[in-house]
Amino acid sequence: MWSNLPLFPARASSMAGHVDALYFALVAITAFFTILISALILFFALRFRKSRSPQATQIHGSTALELLWTGIPLGIVMIIFVWSSVIFFMQTRPPKGAMEVYAVGKQWMWKFQHTEGQREINQLHVPVGRDVRMIMTSQDVIHDFYVPAFRIKADVLPGRYTSTWFHATVPGRYHLFCAEYCGTQHSGMVGEVVVMEAGDYDRWASGAVDGSLASAGEKSFQQYGCSMCHRADAAGRGPNLVGVFGRPVLLDDGRTVTADESYVRESILNPGAKIASGFKNIMPTFEGQLSEEEVIGLVAYVKALGDGSANLPLPVNEPNSGTYPVAPKAEGSAAKSDKTATPPAKTVPAKPAARQ
Amino acid sequence: MPDSELAVHNLKHHFADLEQQKATSTFGMWIFLVTEIMFFGGAFATYLIYRLSYYNAWVAGSQTMEIELGAVNTVVLICSSLTMVMSVHFAKLGNRKLTAIFLLLTLLLGFGFLGIKAVEYHGHWVHHEVPGPNFHFEHQGNYDPRQVMIFFSLYFAMTGMHALHMVIGAGLLTWLLIANARGRFTPEYNSPVEMVGLYWHFVDLVWIYLFPLLYLISHHHNG
Amino acid sequence: METANSEPKTNYLNADYGIKSWLLTTDHKRIALLYLISITLFFFLGGFFAMLIRLELLTPAGDLVLADTYNKLFTMHGVVMIFLFLLPAVPAVFGNFLVPMMIGAKDLAFPKLNLASWYIFIIGACFILYAVVTGGLDTGWTFYTPYSTTYSNSNVVAAALGVFITGFSSIFTGLNILVTVHRMRAPGLTWRRLPLFIWAHYATSVIMVLGTPVLAITIVLVALERLFHFGIFDARMGGDPLLFQHLFWFYSHPAVYIMILPAMGVISEIIACFSRKRVFGYDFVAMSSIAIAVLGFLVWAHHMYVAGISTYAAMIFSMLTFFVAIPSAVKVFNWTATLYKGSITFETPMLYVFAFIGLFTIGGLTGVFLASVGIDLHVTDTYFVVAHFHYVMVGGTVTAFMGALHFWWPKITGKMYPESFAKLSAVLVFLGFNLTFFPQFLLGYMGMPRRYHAYPAEFQVLNVLSTAGASILAVGFLLPMVYFVWSLQYGKDAGPNPYNAAGLEWQTASPPTTFNFEETPVVTWEAYNYDEIDAPNKGVEVAG
Repeated sequence: MWSNLPLFPARASSMAGHVDALYFALVAITAFFTILISALILFFALRFRKSRSPQATQIHGSTALELLWTGIPLGIVMIIFVWSSVIFFMQTRPPKGAMEVYAVGKQWMWKFQHTEGQREINQLHVPVGRDVRMIMTSQDVIHDFYVPAFRIKADVLPGRYTSTWFHATVPGRYHLFCAEYCGTQHSGMVGEVVVMEAGDYDRWASGAVDGSLASAGEKSFQQYGCSMCHRADAAGRGPNLVGVFGRPVLLDDGRTVTADESYVRESILNPGAKIASGFKNIMPTFEGQLSEEEVIGLVAYVKALGDGSANLPLPVNEPNSGTYPVAPKAEGSAAKSDKTATPPAKTVPAKPAARQ
Repeated sequence: MPDSELAVHNLKHHFADLEQQKATSTFGMWIFLVTEIMFFGGAFATYLIYRLSYYNAWVAGSQTMEIELGAVNTVVLICSSLTMVMSVHFAKLGNRKLTAIFLLLTLLLGFGFLGIKAVEYHGHWVHHEVPGPNFHFEHQGNYDPRQVMIFFSLYFAMTGMHALHMVIGAGLLTWLLIANARGRFTPEYNSPVEMVGLYWHFVDLVWIYLFPLLYLISHHHNG
Repeated sequence: METANSEPKTNYLNADYGIKSWLLTTDHKRIALLYLISITLFFFLGGFFAMLIRLELLTPAGDLVLADTYNKLFTMHGVVMIFLFLLPAVPAVFGNFLVPMMIGAKDLAFPKLNLASWYIFIIGACFILYAVVTGGLDTGWTFYTPYSTTYSNSNVVAAALGVFITGFSSIFTGLNILVTVHRMRAPGLTWRRLPLFIWAHYATSVIMVLGTPVLAITIVLVALERLFHFGIFDARMGGDPLLFQHLFWFYSHPAVYIMILPAMGVISEIIACFSRKRVFGYDFVAMSSIAIAVLGFLVWAHHMYVAGISTYAAMIFSMLTFFVAIPSAVKVFNWTATLYKGSITFETPMLYVFAFIGLFTIGGLTGVFLASVGIDLHVTDTYFVVAHFHYVMVGGTVTAFMGALHFWWPKITGKMYPESFAKLSAVLVFLGFNLTFFPQFLLGYMGMPRRYHAYPAEFQVLNVLSTAGASILAVGFLLPMVYFVWSLQYGKDAGPNPYNAAGLEWQTASPPTTFNFEETPVVTWEAYNYDEIDAPNKGVEVAG
């Protein structure tokens, strides 16, 4: 697809046209003003050169002109501001229902995990014509997920999830770059995005895999003993996680946070940072014990618990106490959460179960 | 008159008169203090940003502070500001002896502050509250110990920078004492004393902000 | 021209001899020369790193140097050029030399502090050079955490300490200029009679004094974190790497105005002289400098649109960034209007001015691309940013620096440079510069990330063009070295005012005496009084 001297990047996402349009407008403005200034300089320099204009005429200035050349550029840049902000809004607001792909950046490779269970390194297969949301984190330093053909870029930070999204429009193979300097092999941290026809993609995604990402998470959930405390029966020492994802959570210091990917992640690795109201800071940290891939599996599992596509394992221990308060918010979600969340009744803490 | 000779001696070549020279040095000193405000401002901003997000850890960290030692140190510094003002006053009157006495008092109070601070640092060391591999923190409360370490990191960075400024101030006071003993200052020319005074007050002022932020602000919160 | 015989024989250059008389001088002119020599060395050192970078990028594969070496090269290119050349270039050399002379003072307000600031600069530079020779530095000049604090294997602490120390040199220079402009002006020299060079330096000094301390504390925290594992910027330890970026750019964005504002002051002086005219819209040009200094402090997060800040924060910073484009545009329009009805000649400094206005216009307008969040998302961290930055910093600051060097060389040394060679090198610089950096805009929009040691083959043609341009640029910068040194011995005597320019600095001998003026001048005229100078019968008294 590359000719010998390409001067323009491939245009392969729904965003590319918007970005290019603004780009061309700005190129036109830049060309106009650069040519205007250069032509004026050239004209004045020749017309008023000393041999033709032996005596300068002193002009102090002109407030009208100053206002004019303050006002016109101001007007132009404000139009650009609105235009570019509209594009930016589209770039940063993933549409609802986008399929999700998790990415982990590390020195110096990209690891991708599809919700269907496929894992890849330095190669990302996506279907054409569907919204894809990337949920990304880094294992070490700051990286940056950059696909020029899609005109998207987002830093990938350690310790939190960042996200971006795209809607590929043309099947093909496109460069994937790390765009934030990350050490020795920074320029080797490249890969490709393979955009496939929807049918091809489905066939690819359903290839031999052990199971979905959420089911891998469920395994970790049991393996690390999470299920001891996070139980479905209102008796766990930790919050019941069914129906929590995506909803507001009341914290013990009175603040409310939304249970998004970053919050779930933080609650696994750094449980003391934000304690849900009514619970004690007793959960051990899993920092250093879980790989980013396992955390992603757990996040995918909690997310699946949130939309009802997965269930908590059956309780195996004697009942403990614990409530998971869900701050009342939108009626629609409240109705659903009433069904799934445990009632906020304060029960007396029983003798703690054996800690795993 | 030896005084007028001194005045000529003290007037640098590029100034028209002593008045311009003094106005210039005062103005320069104030601008220098503005840069100091920006320097500590960066640290204070960092402190406040983290306090917003890591409130519980901040409460836990702040509750381990030796509030009595901090309070004593605050009093020590305020007293040293007073003695500094007195030495500037007497330098303007041309009283060399009293200038020297109050400079010396200021210096001693400064060392007193640093001594008490060293006792506090020692306490943090003993209790494994110094950031690094030996950091260990276990107290009541819902907090993340790593965030408490950041509290202590900022505590040491900010009080350490402040202590460094105190040490530099002590050096300046020593220099003033020597210059004063040699009779360099007169009622007409005493701006070095005044400039060091401004610096000393500024360093005190930084502590006046550090003390409540690090010791007091969360002390009675039972997080 | 041949008035040299009537000039006093002693000047600041020959007033005293011996190395000690230079190393212990408190004369602002001698200190300016100490700075000029130091930063010239650093400019060529940084340029050497740049040439190696360009040679490596001649081919797509990383075949000339190792990846680690390449990373150290671009880091050292950035650190040396920014902290050891661009920041002090105009203010510490020409600001130092000219601010007292332009306002009719004998020296800066604090001559010893001025000397100290040079020593501090050299000590800081030694730390940076020490880092270069003992393992180098590979963090990029931006020191982003947690790479710099935890993962880099290079000599971060020494380099950080060096940057910290040179910061104080910058603070003291700024403080000195601020106080000098406030307290040391000659009688009659009111604020609105000040040359625009002084206004630009005043605005620059405000940024130096307010911004640099924040960099200092940030760098201290980075060093402490690397040494003692403080964890303030390290996500694994609960810290926030974005906080580092906020603190860093709070200084480092205004820092680019430290680099460009004094250059703009130079342009105003030169364009007025060779158009024989007042600068059009004096008040607006002066105030635009102040506006840039103030707005410059409110736009730092435009470096962080993709870093993980919130959408709304990005939009607010985007809007403020568009505002800062306006005062720059006002300057360009006013300079262009200054030419109108002038009486224009084309000496070398004026050629550099024309180059500056053209290149700065492109550099500024491509800044508008980057201010637009929607486009920045695509082009940030690519060669588009590299090109934009170099259009402003090389096309702007270095071009103005070269213009200033030619314009005030007769004043500094008393000798004229050879005009035809100077014109040739100005043309070479202009052509070489455009060939080097224009292809990089295209590379950037195509998506070539910056700081890449190896790159996909389709980017090669433009990279070859860029490297070719860089070699022309190198010749354009080396040639002046030769003829300036030549002119010290063989150049024609310049006389006090070879260009018949306005401004107090031209009303004293070339080179000036140690105290600049025989008598403190009394100013009764506006800046750029070319009407009075050029009036056939009533030329302004040119004091000896």
